Amino acid sequence: MLSRTADHLFWMARYIERAENTARMLDVTFTTSLLPQSTLQAERGWRAMLGISELQPSYDVVHAEMSALAVLDFMVRDPDNPSSIYACLQAARENARAVRGSLTTDLWETHNDTWLQLQSQLRDGLLERDPKSFFEWVKFRSHLSRGVTIGTMLKDEAFYFARLGTFLERADNTARILDVKFQELGDTPAPTPAPAQTQIQIQAQGAAKTQRAGTEPTESPHYLDYYYWAAVLRSVSAFEIYRRVYRDVITPLRVAELLILRRDMPRSLAASVLEVFDNLEQVKNDRSGETARRAGLLGAELQFGRIEDLVAQGLHAFLTSFLERVNDIGQRISQDFLVPLETPG
Amino acid sequence: MAESSIFNEMYVTHGGVRTHYGRFEDWLAGQSDDLMRLKRTEADQVFRRVGITFAVYGDGAGTERLIPFDVIPRIIPQPEWRFLEAGLRQRVRALNHFLRDVYHEQDFLRAGKLPIEQILRNSQYRPEMRGIDVASDIYAHIAGIDIVRAGAGDYYVLEDNLRVPSGVSYMLENRRMMMRLFPELFVRNRVAPVEHYPDLLLENLRSVAPQGVDDPTVVLLTPGMYNSAYFEHTFLAQQMGIELVEGKDLFVQDNAVYMRTTRGPLRVDVIYRRVDDDFLDPTAFRPESTLGVSGLLDVYRSGRVTLANAIGTGIADDKSIYPYVPDMIEFYLREKPILANVPTYRCRERDELHYTLEHLSELVVKEVHNAGGYGMLVGPASTRQEIEEFRVRLIAHPDNYIAQPTLALSTCPTYVEAGIAPRHIDLRPYVLSGKDVTMVPGGLTRVALREGSLVVNSSQGGGTKDTWVLEE
Repeated sequence: MLSRTADHLFWMARYIERAENTARMLDVTFTTSLLPQSTLQAERGWRAMLGISELQPSYDVVHAEMSALAVLDFMVRDPDNPSSIYACLQAARENARAVRGSLTTDLWETHNDTWLQLQSQLRDGLLERDPKSFFEWVKFRSHLSRGVTIGTMLKDEAFYFARLGTFLERADNTARILDVKFQELGDTPAPTPAPAQTQIQIQAQGAAKTQRAGTEPTESPHYLDYYYWAAVLRSVSAFEIYRRVYRDVITPLRVAELLILRRDMPRSLAASVLEVFDNLEQVKNDRSGETARRAGLLGAELQFGRIEDLVAQGLHAFLTSFLERVNDIGQRISQDFLVPLETPG
Repeated sequence: MAESSIFNEMYVTHGGVRTHYGRFEDWLAGQSDDLMRLKRTEADQVFRRVGITFAVYGDGAGTERLIPFDVIPRIIPQPEWRFLEAGLRQRVRALNHFLRDVYHEQDFLRAGKLPIEQILRNSQYRPEMRGIDVASDIYAHIAGIDIVRAGAGDYYVLEDNLRVPSGVSYMLENRRMMMRLFPELFVRNRVAPVEHYPDLLLENLRSVAPQGVDDPTVVLLTPGMYNSAYFEHTFLAQQMGIELVEGKDLFVQDNAVYMRTTRGPLRVDVIYRRVDDDFLDPTAFRPESTLGVSGLLDVYRSGRVTLANAIGTGIADDKSIYPYVPDMIEFYLREKPILANVPTYRCRERDELHYTLEHLSELVVKEVHNAGGYGMLVGPASTRQEIEEFRVRLIAHPDNYIAQPTLALSTCPTYVEAGIAPRHIDLRPYVLSGKDVTMVPGGLTRVALREGSLVVNSSQGGGTKDTWVLEE
């Protein structure tokens, strides 16, 4: 298939997945912000969410204050924020439109209809009236698009490139959802921060410095942690799964294990990376061997890894390095398949 | 223009329904206003959801609009279609002969049928095509011939579109929509199907592959998603199961055209291009074009790729050449023209310019190289000031204009704000030339939605209707 077509399909799927995960992240932050807590604590939650998506600087350009309404506005309807749900659904639809001939009619109409509905949802004020319903709506449109992909597309290259986009984006996003908290908790064995992460950490510290000593506990009360992790689990639709798997109280480590290492947990890092590997196998060409090897290696590390070892390494350090490796695989996929091959042979 | 002197497709002058509209009219009389309103809303919603839109130029990038769709079909009786079909076949054959001739021996010019400088000085003439043989001697593989009905009901050819005629997807989608909204109508009326158009088109494109290619790779070349006809490009590519490519997806190497795929380069044999000549090859034509493929012209000239339509077809559909088409039919085919031209005044001729200037308020004056209803004057519908402004331009460049009497285009009942009212229509059948000349019955009917307006172009607020040819 055309490299350009593959590129559009890959990004179409990535953007819808990103919109879904942004909705999930907003949902968890919104839910925890409703717990009894100080204003500063609530602010910290919103700040952490922006930080993990590396969006704090562009947020500060348009908003002077940190408030739930402003963050929601920025992350949902701001067309100039490339990670906003609005921008993601628009990009998904534009990518779909560019290759609508390669999609089934059902799939194109799903994307087009999502885009049309989004505009009327925002116009009607659903977000302000009932943010949770809005997030639900985003999630269901993403479910629908995935379901229509699986239910109607021929299992050919077009299908596999779309699936690659879905799982690569999901691996990245689940890692970020987890990292919000692990970054804040800090790691026992001090990791060497990667260059890309340094800035975020400085900001996180900067945020901490603004807290006035004495009025703000450095550690959250225990029950807040429970609600936080419960919200994280709900945000990836894993609350009931957690109970079934562990039949025990919620602890951060088990949450991490479930969302990082369990292959049977559909939004976990292990499941996402192994799907990336499987789909890469389906589209492989004579230059994609190394990319497949790296994806396979990462998948194997997760498949056979133990949470104790990750903790020893430091979860934030692990997630940071994981995000870098996922990013590397994404760039390699672009080079191997999507950037037009200049010359024959 | 008195309303009664205008031919109405559905009713005769004093009230009665024309026979071929009988069953439709019966049915329509039985439908409630509410139901029809509901159906029209449904049509709009479906068109929007399906994304059958066109981009509007000069309205901000990415603005998409629906083309208004009217649910009252334009019906053509079988004998009339047979007449039209024969005339179209004849006309397009002659035009392809003319194109071959103009780029080879130029017999038509040497026989004195057309002043040679009218060709050589025409910007649509492509010297690069001189002496180049194209597959099967076909230049205009896809032709959209605009036909109007005027006066007492006679058909006239208004213009020939031989470059990149568009609109066929609306013909197909309109039919699909009518069958969805009103399936019962198709039980009552034997409407000739049109859905096989993409099949005919693919067969036609495959039949003109370069010599020696048995199983050609056919692609559709689009300027991209911001082109006004992008929906049509994706639609046709999908219906034919061929790749929809942009210029940047193609490259030339070793005198062949390739597309860039996820598995490496793939040779391309036939390009159904929806990009104008000027933008096809930046090394040969406009250097700033990013829509084309460098080196494409050389590969084309050596016969190793087919372009449909050929480069240089604009010379035959230019409005300054249009008056000579009936002569072409007699010259090349030795037949009497079946379809009539609209009488045309060539403003490059002194006398005819004089006449035109005297009668500006009665005439339609068109710029010869323009299409889409841009740059024209409709005398009877223009203010004094508009006419005087136009007069200045006409006197400055008479060569650029032709004039025609304002035809009393036929009307068809159409839904408007106030109910159903007659609106002017035209017809664009699509004629495919390859090994054979083929077409589907009917074509695209465009309707001018503003009362009294004669301009049907979608860029000027026109709508469309489903077009039925009734089988007997």
